[in-house]
Amino acid sequence: MDAIFDIPVIGLIIQFVVYVIAQLPVLAPTIMAAATPIALGALCGFMNERSGVVNIGIEGMMLTAAFVAWWTASLAGQLVPDLSLGIMGIKLPLLIGLAAAILAAMAVSAVHAWLSISVRADQIISGTIINIFAVGITGYLNLLVSPHSPPSAGQFQALRLPQFVVDIPVLGFLLKSFIGVGPIALIMLISVIVLQVLLFRSRWGLRTRAVGEHPKAAETVGIDVIRLRYRNVILGGIFAGLGGAYLIIEFGSAFQGEMTAGRGFIALAALIFGRWTPIGALGAAILFTASIGLERSIRFAAPEGPLGQFLTSIPLQFYSALPYLITIIVLAGVVGRSMAPASVGRPYERESKAA
Amino acid sequence: MSERPARSLLLRVRDVAQLPAIAIALALVFGALLMILSSALLGGFDPTLPLTAYQALAVGAFGSGNALVNTLVNATPLILAGLAVGIGFKGGLFNIGAQGQFLVGALSASTAAIAMNHQPALLAIPVSLLAGMAGGLAWGFIPGFLKGFTGAHEVVTTIMLNFVAIHLVSYVIGGPLRGTGPEVTFGRTDAIVAASLPDIIGRNGHLGLLLAAVAVPLAWWLLFRSTVGFEIRTVGASPDAARYAGMHPRWITILTMSICGLLAGLAGAGEILGEVGYMPASYGTTVGFDAIAVALLGRAHPVGILFAGLLFGAMQAGAGLMQVQAGIPAQMVSVLQAVILFFLAAELIVRRVLRVRTAGTGVSDELQTVSRTYGEQVSR
Amino acid sequence: MRGITKRYPGVLANDGIDLDVREGEIHALLGENGAGKSTLMNILYGLAVPDAGQILLDGQPVEIGSPHDAIRRGISMVHQHFMLVPVLSVAENILLGEEPMAGPVFVDRSASNRRIRELGERFGWEIDPDKPVGSLSVGWQQRVEILKALYRNARVLVLDEPTAVLTPQETKEIFSVLRKLRGEGYAIIFISHKLYEVLEVADRITVIRRGKVVGSRIPAETNEDDLAELMVGREVELTVDRGVSHPARPMLSVTALKVRDDRGHEVVHDVSFEVRAGEIFGIAGVAGNGQDELVEAVVGMRHATKGKVQLDGVDTTSASPRHLHDLGLAFVPGDRHRFGVVLSFPVSDNLVLNDYYHPPYAHGLLRDDEAIDAYAEEAITKYDIRTPSAQVPCGTLSGGNQQKVVVAREFEGELKLLVLDQPTRGLDVGSIEFIHRQAIARRDSGVAILLVSAELDEVLELSDRIGVMFRGKVVAVLDGRTADREDVGLLMATGGRDSGVQPQTLEEVS
Repeated sequence: MDAIFDIPVIGLIIQFVVYVIAQLPVLAPTIMAAATPIALGALCGFMNERSGVVNIGIEGMMLTAAFVAWWTASLAGQLVPDLSLGIMGIKLPLLIGLAAAILAAMAVSAVHAWLSISVRADQIISGTIINIFAVGITGYLNLLVSPHSPPSAGQFQALRLPQFVVDIPVLGFLLKSFIGVGPIALIMLISVIVLQVLLFRSRWGLRTRAVGEHPKAAETVGIDVIRLRYRNVILGGIFAGLGGAYLIIEFGSAFQGEMTAGRGFIALAALIFGRWTPIGALGAAILFTASIGLERSIRFAAPEGPLGQFLTSIPLQFYSALPYLITIIVLAGVVGRSMAPASVGRPYERESKAA
Repeated sequence: MSERPARSLLLRVRDVAQLPAIAIALALVFGALLMILSSALLGGFDPTLPLTAYQALAVGAFGSGNALVNTLVNATPLILAGLAVGIGFKGGLFNIGAQGQFLVGALSASTAAIAMNHQPALLAIPVSLLAGMAGGLAWGFIPGFLKGFTGAHEVVTTIMLNFVAIHLVSYVIGGPLRGTGPEVTFGRTDAIVAASLPDIIGRNGHLGLLLAAVAVPLAWWLLFRSTVGFEIRTVGASPDAARYAGMHPRWITILTMSICGLLAGLAGAGEILGEVGYMPASYGTTVGFDAIAVALLGRAHPVGILFAGLLFGAMQAGAGLMQVQAGIPAQMVSVLQAVILFFLAAELIVRRVLRVRTAGTGVSDELQTVSRTYGEQVSR
Repeated sequence: MRGITKRYPGVLANDGIDLDVREGEIHALLGENGAGKSTLMNILYGLAVPDAGQILLDGQPVEIGSPHDAIRRGISMVHQHFMLVPVLSVAENILLGEEPMAGPVFVDRSASNRRIRELGERFGWEIDPDKPVGSLSVGWQQRVEILKALYRNARVLVLDEPTAVLTPQETKEIFSVLRKLRGEGYAIIFISHKLYEVLEVADRITVIRRGKVVGSRIPAETNEDDLAELMVGREVELTVDRGVSHPARPMLSVTALKVRDDRGHEVVHDVSFEVRAGEIFGIAGVAGNGQDELVEAVVGMRHATKGKVQLDGVDTTSASPRHLHDLGLAFVPGDRHRFGVVLSFPVSDNLVLNDYYHPPYAHGLLRDDEAIDAYAEEAITKYDIRTPSAQVPCGTLSGGNQQKVVVAREFEGELKLLVLDQPTRGLDVGSIEFIHRQAIARRDSGVAILLVSAELDEVLELSDRIGVMFRGKVVAVLDGRTADREDVGLLMATGGRDSGVQPQTLEEVS
């Protein structure tokens, strides 16, 4: 083995691959945990952009949802009984928090839909408004309520797989990484698969693609473009809501101002990198967060020899910046081309102006 | 559009200021309602809370000579970064990256300033300012170049570059440039001495105020009196027509983004050299994002941006007193900004309800260019 | 349709229009661009809401508030601009909105493909339902549009200028399809501004002018002159007198030029031709046969991959638009809104759009607004541009006046070559006449003119010589005065019998 590692450059690369594979069991949970909210945000963006609406307000939607999840779950923990389902730590106060977060994100999405579709305001500005407003209102309310807020209502737990399943080579590891997660992450996985199938096989998917590409053509065959866009944008809010709630009641933090820390923007990048498909977006989210996992693993268990020296000589900030750099490179077309839905960003005017 | 007055100045002012004024008024009403509702959380329902709060806000912004200078100091980076966003709008570019350009400008200015800490101020100040401009320019050039030559949309690339800038600053200031002096208790540089901008008015009215004062007429001249500005505006309104007319949209796009970056970088340099006095490794500022609100409220016109910057600067200057006297968190200012933008964006509705007939946000064609290129990217 | 009235800001698009269409008839709606035909049909199809009037179907008044209502009542429409989603397949485009379902969620693909094949067979068309529509030729896309309408079990079929982009042969084929459908009892509304087409295919003709019905005719009882007078409201000369040309030295010579399109496909193959000073060289061809790319290469907006372009002896292959402008090339672009004018800029700025950078309009970096305004006033008078002032945004002008702004800008000055790409698309007869006369005047002053138009009639009317483009090649050069409409059409459709190229025509397939 050492002989192979001694080959210049290539040896280093091989050693790197071996290192990553060795670290994978440790890294996988971190990566999945970090990828889940990003994939959920990307699904929100997917619902918007596939039907022709740009959404750069995912960040704000998730932040709002996170705040609402935290506050309502905590309040519910005081007010309602701790009815528990017995698995994955599912109990009533958390479910109330989750539902409230989803409703809040849907409400914000409805505002985005109204501005983008009915008012025909610029959709990028609408997203900007949502982001600024979310930072302001959550920060404002957080300062008001945090001095006398009740304690956290706890968290969801990861699904425990039977030991014999985990022991299956490779498959067991994959199942543990993907299925051995909390309920919101499971919902994310199911949603990714369902939406991918629906997009290309279902009537909804066909109509959504048509509306995102050529709304006028869709209108002329009797599809209500406005209604479909409204529905998709508001339903997209569900995923931003799940993403925000995830940070509080599954990832397990208390609310802090601006705690989404750019996840909504990485989600947008993942959507683009994943070519506007759910599975692609999930893959991109995992790839992006892999660099975060790598940073952690290098910090705590750097490999030995020249590879270790090389990896630790790179500033840790480089790993944090990597997802953004990758996105820029991808967008610049060095790695591949992606296609945005053709009408994305353009408001649709129903009545033809042609005289 | 050409800027020659067709009617009296007064009518024109009413024309352009009416909608923004309505939006500001509506936002203040919204803010008041929010305060009244949330007063329940503060321990007691209090319908007069908005009066107390807005009064404190006004006193904090305009109540004394110091307050006025504070307003100007807060407005300075907003005006510069607002121009960085506004000129982008005129060129059909949505520069969400003013934040990153601001940070990199601050970073390079402080790097130069620290290196020149033992040089005479007359040399250190201009070099540090130039370094800030160069840093911002570079950070604007990248998305400009990517847009011009690969079609990568600036909305996405500038957002990404904002995050890259945060990590870049964190690395440079936390590592190679971390200060060694006794005052350094967290990730930051040593104090900037020689390149520190002198105060020219009041207790803290530093030289940077002049920079904004000069940048506004310069930007106006560039956009409306020069041929380069005509090219920028043509590319903004219709890149295809610009190409047809023999202009070079790619290079104009790069130039526009570079100018934007330069201005945002200058804003960052001014803040570090004039206000903060050192560069922190994690610089918690939102100037680059507030600048979007400033540019939109100012209809992407330099004069409008001047007034919008002063307004938001005043709100920031007064926020502290509002928090102390009325217990309203300073985040209320962000809420007000967002709501102002909301009513501007919903101008169609505002007009219909209030029967306003004056000009709109003034950048609708350019914004169409922004959206169109988003859908068109990579399909080339 | 009874008393249909529709107002748009500043225009009365439809003014109390009555129209009735019977089963088993082809009813032609004839009118100029902007006469209100499309508005009327958009109202029938639920895309626009009338301010007054009502629609009766089988004698019953009906409300048609959306295309959905229209389709439900058996009205289908083939739009002037294809309403097809390029990235979706033929099948997806056809069944969109009326999807056969397998269960509540999923589309039944095999059933839909079967139905589409069956529909195609009715006309002898072999359809591949899985092909993306964006990869089809214009003629095939038109067929998909018709299938789309029939798939919806329409009884009333509206076709809005369906022949605008087709060759004469393809047009004939569409006509035979229409006759077949008439035989099956469809009520067909056929919209056109081409007189001879209307005379050929229609059972009845209704003429609209400025939003009003000005007459109804039966083809047997009328002729082109009569219809033209009805349509325009005055006696018109159907053809401009192009006079005699005096061609001199070659001004533009294109040699073995190869050009690629945006997707990297070579769409102009080894094209060579010359345009001499004092002649109009017209290029005829079905849209999408490389004309756009050829023009863009000549005017400097696209790089040639091989070959040579010379302007008055100077090599200008892949020269920049600015350089060509300085050398004396002027260009009236086909897509006026995209290239020709900046709608939000004042008329004055648009008049100097490509001269803004040099004296007298600018000195160094500084614009000279006074000089620009002075020139604008002059041009507005000379070219009869109807505008309240030079300072109003160009977008507030009518289409004809916007095109006059472009013409004023491009036709002025010392010119060597004038490239006209679809110079009259979408304009009213008055503006068309004006622009045609100006073009001939410029020719007679010794300018070489390259005219490209999808309107074969325009090419035939103006050109001294005609080059026919087919699949990226100039397959023939004909004398403009003796060229026969049918012959040119056949060349456009097949590239000529002995060219060795497989012709793709409707006859071939049926």
